[in-house]
Amino acid sequence: MNDAQKYWQANIRLVIGCLIVWFTVSFGCGILFVHQLNAITILGGYPLGFWFAQQGSIYTFVALIFFYAWRMGKLDRKFNVHED
Amino acid sequence: MTNLQMWTYAVVGATFALYIFIAIKARASTTGEFYVAGKGVHPVLNGMATGADWMSAASFISMAGLIAFKGYDASVYLMGWTGGYCLLAMLLAPYLRKYGKFTVPEFIGDRFYSQTARVVAVICLIVASLTYVIGQMKGIGVAFSRFLEIPFNYGLFLGMGIVFIYAVLGGMKGVTYTQIAQYCVLIFAYTVPAIFISLQLTGVALPQLGLGSMMSDGSGMFLLEKMDKTLVDLGFAAYTTQKGSTLNMFLLTMSLMIGTAGLPHVITRFFTVPKVRDARATAGWSLVFIAILYTTAPGVGAMARLNLINTIQADSIAPDTSQNLKIDALPAWFTNWEKTGLLKFEDKNGDGRIQYVGKNYKGVDANGNKIENEMIKVDRDIMVLANPEIAQLPNWVIALVAAGGIAAALSTAAGLLLAISSAISHDIVKGIIAKDIDDKTELMAGRIAMACAIVVAGYLGLHPPGFAAQVVALAFGLAASSIFPALMMGIFAKRVNNTGAVLGMLSGLGITLVYIFWFKGWFFIPGTAMAADNASNWILGISPGSFGAVGALINFVVALTVSSFTAPPPEHIQHLVEDIRVPMGSKGAVGH
Repeated sequence: MNDAQKYWQANIRLVIGCLIVWFTVSFGCGILFVHQLNAITILGGYPLGFWFAQQGSIYTFVALIFFYAWRMGKLDRKFNVHED
Repeated sequence: MTNLQMWTYAVVGATFALYIFIAIKARASTTGEFYVAGKGVHPVLNGMATGADWMSAASFISMAGLIAFKGYDASVYLMGWTGGYCLLAMLLAPYLRKYGKFTVPEFIGDRFYSQTARVVAVICLIVASLTYVIGQMKGIGVAFSRFLEIPFNYGLFLGMGIVFIYAVLGGMKGVTYTQIAQYCVLIFAYTVPAIFISLQLTGVALPQLGLGSMMSDGSGMFLLEKMDKTLVDLGFAAYTTQKGSTLNMFLLTMSLMIGTAGLPHVITRFFTVPKVRDARATAGWSLVFIAILYTTAPGVGAMARLNLINTIQADSIAPDTSQNLKIDALPAWFTNWEKTGLLKFEDKNGDGRIQYVGKNYKGVDANGNKIENEMIKVDRDIMVLANPEIAQLPNWVIALVAAGGIAAALSTAAGLLLAISSAISHDIVKGIIAKDIDDKTELMAGRIAMACAIVVAGYLGLHPPGFAAQVVALAFGLAASSIFPALMMGIFAKRVNNTGAVLGMLSGLGITLVYIFWFKGWFFIPGTAMAADNASNWILGISPGSFGAVGALINFVVALTVSSFTAPPPEHIQHLVEDIRVPMGSKGAVGH
């Protein structure tokens, strides 16, 4: 496997990892398991599932994009495909 | 002139002066500047501009109202309209920026070496963007007519005039810098009343935390608990529990996410940054600026609903209605909104007071008659605009909300009009009709297309087609089922060829359109629907608005299957895909 292929594979692995988190916080915690999580309350009076659906998922999305951008920046340098 | 009107003229007038000043400072002189602001916008600033571009009159005015009346079920919009940015950041934006062209259809046409693919993309883009613009134009008209009390159409003309000045003159460059100013106006206007109201109700300044806090009325209840109890006591559905089907919520969220990632006016913003790595950062910054409003909205929605109920029911939940709002002593905001037709009541039992209850309410009045709901119409769109008045906030805050709503509508309208005009001048005129025109002529074509698009949008805003409310499903359906899958496969599936891509787009798009038209009427013509638009007729309970995700899946399956049976793309296309996958060698701040 050449470097370009390795770079691409590392990229795909990172994207898949991020998308698993993306799916878990929104579709998982906010929709599929919302009833179960609502049994727990956080930050005072927030049912946890409701909090994920209306607050937590959005905070996670923001963190996820910056994490992705930071890791991709490191990958770009490691494989020497970065700009400037 | 009332004190409120004076404030409104002053605040709205000042913001307009600012927008025009910026427009004149940032005129575009080349097609590069007109289409993509010369690819020289810093990621943080670009994030702000993208935020303003994305947050429309619907986000600013309607979303909190949706949350107020749907409670938990409205979470699909919160997650759907933000989660799409993750997909944009990881799957599309950096690669499209590396490719370094001006428009979305241009990439689709080049990658699938097919004029047909490009034309399909252009049509999707124009239909999706135009349907969106209608809503913005209406939002501008409503804000003007309510707060400045001038006729709806004058408000619309004024809005069109402002957009004309800065979008036609400045192109993407002017639009970007104006959007940055508009973001500041709209976010300030959204958060200030939210903080005021959160403080009033809970004593906590941040609405993000206030929503989960204890009520400060001494009831010892949490705000959400109080919401649930008040609503259930009054015969409405509980606030924090789920009402719709899980499958439909899942698919609607998915459709909104991939629709968001596929909307051309958002994608184009990522062409304006200097580098590939800036495209990734821009997505993050955009979402930061969007999240400030989107995490405030749930608090605004819940608190506005509680205030509305308490104002009318005067916190009396018992059958005793002697505390309810008196018809001969209605507050000013109530009568003002009544004039717009967005708020209506009828004193059914003739007791001179208004009862506001849900359909499950079983209580009886003093004479033993069943109490019926007397608020016949509470349009959800008034929640954000009326919120500061209901909460009796100072006039300058109310004026600020008017300016914020107008800023949200103007900035999105400008972004959409820019996407439409560049599709016409760059993809249709330069790409298909007259390939050899020079930069200057193309720039002129772009400006003429922009002027025409503004006139068409204004006309549609004045005479909104009956289906204006339905078209959001259409815009997201188109973007989700055709544009997003085509772009993603263009980058991630080297093997997908022209036949596969075109058939995939057409089948995903076709099936989605048929499903929407089946329940909403062919081309939204009333009376032509094949089945009533309700959950019992929908296939597996999937609403037409949620079908975009299914359309996208069909698109992926068809494109991948057809491509595997037909010849692989030519070598230069495969090299092109390999090239866009690495950031190195992206062109800097120049046209091409």
